[in-house]
Amino acid sequence: MDVKEISITDIIRPENQVYRKSPLMTDNVLSYCPGCGHGVVHRLIAEVIEELGIQSETIGIAPVGCSVLAYDFIDVDWLQAPHGRAPAVATGLKRVMPDKYIFTYQGDGDLAAIGTGETIHASNRGENITIIFINNGIYGMTGGQMAPTTIPGMVSSTSPYGRDVSTMGHPIKITELVAQLPGSYYVTRQAVHKPANVRKAKKAIQKAFENQALKKGLSLVEVVSNCNSGWKMTPVKSNQWMEENMFPFYPLGDIKVDGVLVK
Amino acid sequence: MKTSMKKELRLLKGNEAIAEAAIRAGADAYFGYPITPQSEVLEYLMLEKPEERTGMVVLQAESELAAINMVFGAASAGRRVITSSSSPGISLFQECISYIAGAELPCVIVNVVRGGPGLGTIQPSQADYFQATKGGGHGDYNLLVLAPASVQEMSDFVPLGFELAFRYRNPVMILTDGLIGQMMEKVELFEPIARATEFDQSWVATGKTADRERNIITSLDLDPAMMEQHNKDLQEKYRKMQSEVRFEEMECADAEYLMVAYGSSARICQKAVQLARSRGIKAGLLRPVTLYPFPSGKVLEMAGRVKGILSVEMNTGQMVEDVRLAVNGKVPVEHYGRFGGMVHSPNEVLEALHEKIIKS
Repeated sequence: MDVKEISITDIIRPENQVYRKSPLMTDNVLSYCPGCGHGVVHRLIAEVIEELGIQSETIGIAPVGCSVLAYDFIDVDWLQAPHGRAPAVATGLKRVMPDKYIFTYQGDGDLAAIGTGETIHASNRGENITIIFINNGIYGMTGGQMAPTTIPGMVSSTSPYGRDVSTMGHPIKITELVAQLPGSYYVTRQAVHKPANVRKAKKAIQKAFENQALKKGLSLVEVVSNCNSGWKMTPVKSNQWMEENMFPFYPLGDIKVDGVLVK
Repeated sequence: MKTSMKKELRLLKGNEAIAEAAIRAGADAYFGYPITPQSEVLEYLMLEKPEERTGMVVLQAESELAAINMVFGAASAGRRVITSSSSPGISLFQECISYIAGAELPCVIVNVVRGGPGLGTIQPSQADYFQATKGGGHGDYNLLVLAPASVQEMSDFVPLGFELAFRYRNPVMILTDGLIGQMMEKVELFEPIARATEFDQSWVATGKTADRERNIITSLDLDPAMMEQHNKDLQEKYRKMQSEVRFEEMECADAEYLMVAYGSSARICQKAVQLARSRGIKAGLLRPVTLYPFPSGKVLEMAGRVKGILSVEMNTGQMVEDVRLAVNGKVPVEHYGRFGGMVHSPNEVLEALHEKIIKS
């Protein structure tokens, strides 16, 4: 019996395509751990920039932390800011180029601990920038230390018996804080662990970029994400743990839309 | 018909001269935070509304940390950016200055020095010489350092600072002090320079267009071999910067005794030289205008002609180390200076020259 050989080119045809890599994602191998949410958020940002047709007008600002090398993966001009200072760097850039699209990409240690002042004041000034905030409740790059967003009782390498709020302080809900400020225009909390969440997160990121053209204030998209390596769990287990423990503390959904608190 | 350009003369404080010069030099942005004795820079700029005059952006930041990072952001777009502060605020700048030097961005940073350490005092000082000329923050890097000795130079060194900053893509520091910042002198203002409209697309982060690769402004390279090469490239740039050395001589031709002093201290030493000459002492003054690069060659040349050198500084002895390094033991080199916000008089300088150099 003759077996017909099937070539890959018979399968990869435009009519069969349900997903493609955005041309704005570079071919560099992602530096993130398998199972981490960073890669998904990177893809969403690349897709949004591509679909809005703003590649030549967009400048990203990378933080210090796991995403310090974010500039390796999305094909736009980038700056790499000192730890926590991305909102100030973005302010300087935006003030001299008010019509460009400026976004920062920051983790919880960067944005909510060392960079608290810059986050609050850039928000309060109503800088027309977009902040993408990845909250995984841990310092990933330095090896799993307690973060400003580590939830009570959560184990990390510097809270090995669990976060004791009586001595280590409480986790900070900085996104809710930013929403209270008159300078913020759009504040939302999303996730990317399931396809439905990915679609919602993409819409949020798109809105956060589109808002820059309105010049009505700052947009912040928090993405509650997993850190399977830092949490010492499998990717699947870490996503379950996130749903059961992180989401009750950091509930998903819009907090402020078009300058109005909705939660 | 004979036409003559009328010179624009103004009576200004040193700090005001910096601010007016920034607008005239075609600066795109100033970011700053109040601190004595330099707050007049930000105050003057806010009052002048440079947004209306030239389109220049002026913003009061929430901290020195934020101000210098705003400089980092705007400088990344190839814009002419300037900031100012005083000693404790400059210490807060240092983290980001290191990033700016590492990422090779141009900008002008003004330090109106006050006495330290710590919160110190609000009175003038030259105690930040080491910080300004030896790097200041972490890592191997150098700023190009200009030291004005008059309100006129406060004005003139702003466009010069921008020119040098862009020539070398390196931060330039104008190292002055509370005395020059606060004192009023006649200033001849230079003709306004238009703000730049085109930016060097080989490095600016203004948005990746179809005709070029994306630009990444970073000081990071996790590959140590690459980082070593980056450091070699920086050192090569600093070697080239040595050609920018600038200094001023006063009564040096027949001098037997040399004073080396910059900024406010040089102004005082001018009088000390006159006093010395009136008493038959052949004293001269060498004023470094650039502190980095330091005029080592000139100091060495003078060491071959004089009997001794006095480094006169408003600190406990910082520049004297560079003078000694240049002199390399040829003649005695001593330090004299008041500090902690105290300022020496010409008579005190002359007495020190006598005690420390002439007598010994």
